Amino acid sequence: MMRLGRSMLAAAVLLLTTATAMAEAPLIQRWQTDAGATVVFVPTSALPIVDVRLTFDAGSARDGEQPGLARLTNNLLLEGTAERSAGEIARSFEQRGARVSTSSGRDTGTLSLRALTKDGILDEVIKDVADVLANPAFPEDAVTRVKRQMEVSLREDQQSARTLANKAFARALYGDHPYAAPPGGTRSSVSSLDRASASEFYARYYNRSNLTLAIVGDVSRERAERMADRLTSALPDGKPAADLPPVPSHDEAQTVRVPFDGEQTVILMGQGGVNRSHDDYYPLYVANHVLGGGGLVSLLTDTMRNERGLSYSTFSTMRPMARGGQFVIGSKVRNDALDEALSVMRGIVGDFHDQGPEADQLADAKGNIIGSFPLDIDSNNDLIGYIGMIGFHGLGTDYLQRLPERISDVSRDGAAQAFREHIAPERFITVLVGPEDVIGAD
Amino acid sequence: MRRLLAALLVAALVPGLALASASRWPVSETQLDNGMTVIVREDHRAPVVVSQVWYAVGSSYEHRGITGVSHVLEHMMFKGTDAHGPGEFSRIISRNGGEENAFTSRDYTAYFERLAADRLDLALALEADRMANLALADEHFASEREVVIEERRQRVADNPASRMHERFNAVAHLGSPYAQPIIGWQPDLEAMTLDDLQAWYERYYSPNNATLVVAGDVEPEAVFDLARKHFGDMKARELPEAPGGTGMVEPGARRIDVADSRARVPRVVMGYDVPSAATADSLEDAYALMMASAVLDGGDGARLSQDLVRDQAVAARAGASYRAIARLGTQFTLQAAPQPGVSVDDLESALREQIERLRSEPVDDATLERARNQMLADHLFQMDSVFYQAMEIGQLETTGIGWEIIKDYESGLEAVTAADVQRVAQQYFTEQRLTVGRLQPESDKESAE
Repeated sequence: MMRLGRSMLAAAVLLLTTATAMAEAPLIQRWQTDAGATVVFVPTSALPIVDVRLTFDAGSARDGEQPGLARLTNNLLLEGTAERSAGEIARSFEQRGARVSTSSGRDTGTLSLRALTKDGILDEVIKDVADVLANPAFPEDAVTRVKRQMEVSLREDQQSARTLANKAFARALYGDHPYAAPPGGTRSSVSSLDRASASEFYARYYNRSNLTLAIVGDVSRERAERMADRLTSALPDGKPAADLPPVPSHDEAQTVRVPFDGEQTVILMGQGGVNRSHDDYYPLYVANHVLGGGGLVSLLTDTMRNERGLSYSTFSTMRPMARGGQFVIGSKVRNDALDEALSVMRGIVGDFHDQGPEADQLADAKGNIIGSFPLDIDSNNDLIGYIGMIGFHGLGTDYLQRLPERISDVSRDGAAQAFREHIAPERFITVLVGPEDVIGAD
Repeated sequence: MRRLLAALLVAALVPGLALASASRWPVSETQLDNGMTVIVREDHRAPVVVSQVWYAVGSSYEHRGITGVSHVLEHMMFKGTDAHGPGEFSRIISRNGGEENAFTSRDYTAYFERLAADRLDLALALEADRMANLALADEHFASEREVVIEERRQRVADNPASRMHERFNAVAHLGSPYAQPIIGWQPDLEAMTLDDLQAWYERYYSPNNATLVVAGDVEPEAVFDLARKHFGDMKARELPEAPGGTGMVEPGARRIDVADSRARVPRVVMGYDVPSAATADSLEDAYALMMASAVLDGGDGARLSQDLVRDQAVAARAGASYRAIARLGTQFTLQAAPQPGVSVDDLESALREQIERLRSEPVDDATLERARNQMLADHLFQMDSVFYQAMEIGQLETTGIGWEIIKDYESGLEAVTAADVQRVAQQYFTEQRLTVGRLQPESDKESAE
């Protein structure tokens, strides 16, 4: 009875994947502004709104000897120009209903805007954003305050076992590579940052040659071009950021223990990974979906949560970066279940490494990824995230069209082979964050 | 000059917004013979659908001894029926290119699927099956209760802000079922039995206590037909009266000071007992309270950021919130974390000054218009998410407010005057309605990173 249901539904998936997903993905328009910035654009028409994302190659990988500098600079973008204070800037956006925010990570520093497309509103908002972005004054009082806010965030990180684990994992994985330091810096590094260093960082990295501009929304191509020109022409000329050095390979297993007073222990295990430009990215993506990327039905969650009741959340994930990426398996378990959890997780990964996905697991994973693709691009918010990423990493303008086909092309052997080739459980970095008497000593 | 320009912009802005969100996508509603409500929000932008089944039951229906039972039952709803084994629901949806999950709150428990629009039939078939035929078994319950206890450890026990929040709620919602944590008190979770779940399921999981909300690329009549096909044969059941509020209007000033050795960042929370859109004598009060919240915290240009974070430099961040969508009386809260070196006393004083200002002087026109514009724009921005549209309808239905209020949201906000904001501030932001919660690290441990 159940079996019959399963196979009938599986047949329906095939129809779905070919009919729906491939037809709906929008084509991305791409061009260079006169000022030399790359623009990616997708028009949508149902809502009178537009999303704009400016992505600079200005993440913490550019911090050099000053961890936290990229974050500080990014946090200061909306904090005032020579003419206007932070409050005046914010209120001019709010008056027009516009949402403007900044964020930064290891690879990028971004500024995001969501605004109404109404005549007389959007033009003013774009003019404002262009002015603010091109003329930040980095006022001393703002520098002092933002540094204090970063210090508070670092203290909060100390309250989160998961955050501590991610930091420890990156340190162990990246060694001397610029990705090693946390984007938020450290208490000592942040305290030594100043106005001059932020101003210099801005001058070096926030230029129009180091920028990808993404636009999604209810505007014509012509209007999008005018917006892009306006946003980029005021920015200083400059050079693209240099290529990052290759990520070092990690040859030996290592366990990192971070003491934390909690009822649970956080487990992270993993290694370096590949990014979206790599041929094996898609076979690995499908393999990871089966292993721990597919939610409640994936192998790790099914065993750790459904079968054994060990954990509320267990996952595996690929985190593609500009250079390489991360492959991470994680869980949170009650302290007295740590040994069992480690042995279960290692067992699942080991078996999966040896045997790869089973045929029906692979088919189900592909059905889910391809079938759910329309859900991933059904809003402007989803699209701006996708095309911003596509533009920044220089992926093809047909990326969205080709994605279902790339997943569809993954064979069982291909997924198994890619996983065996790239993932080496015997060399994993293991991070344990929990009470000292639980996680043990080196 | 700037002021004049601003006024012109507002005049242009507001009518455009009203047109955009109220009439763009129609909402249709029907009721099945067994009392189940079905609401369809059409959004034809993409060939996708969101299906949500909402039950009018959550932690505010519980009592001490069984707190957390709604949420544990939500977990058990994935453990199979007579026709589908444990986890089978999730696997079928996943294989069909869908996503599914569920969430529990004070006033509702909801189950959802996101799928290609032509898969709606499948989602409804599965939801109808588990509405009527859930197979609650001891073996699955034993491990799932452990999962929920792990969830509690992860969300609450190992998170200082959540630990504080749980205690604040217990004090601020004096005598109200909202004082109970949604996830339940630990001893209640440990003592819970399969019989508790069975009773809960039989009491509340009936068609007349459920609302089906479908949003996306669908036609209402087709959805109604599918709903009748899958849910129409189920029988209505008599429902118990939902637990109400306490009837206390001004319970008295309350205070909770939490010293926490595992916290690193202090925190101040101030909450005032206020009506929700369901309990307010007049909806005008709810709209005026929303506006008060936006005046304080509508963005980085609003008062809390301007005064507390930038000018006085006492807060690293500060915010205000008011959720009008609630079945019972609720809280208007201010929350802040101090900048390093600033005491929680000084931060509390600064927050109190903001409240006093709302009480003592009318909000100036420019501030009011800015707050209003941002709220109207945000409401339109939220329409970008199909899921949000269904969510809003489900919340309004299960809290007894009714989805039709969406149609009046813009006019309701437009009608709020500075005098209204001052009036609700004077009426509700009083000492006798206030709970102050403060979290202080026991010792300010330093570490290298």
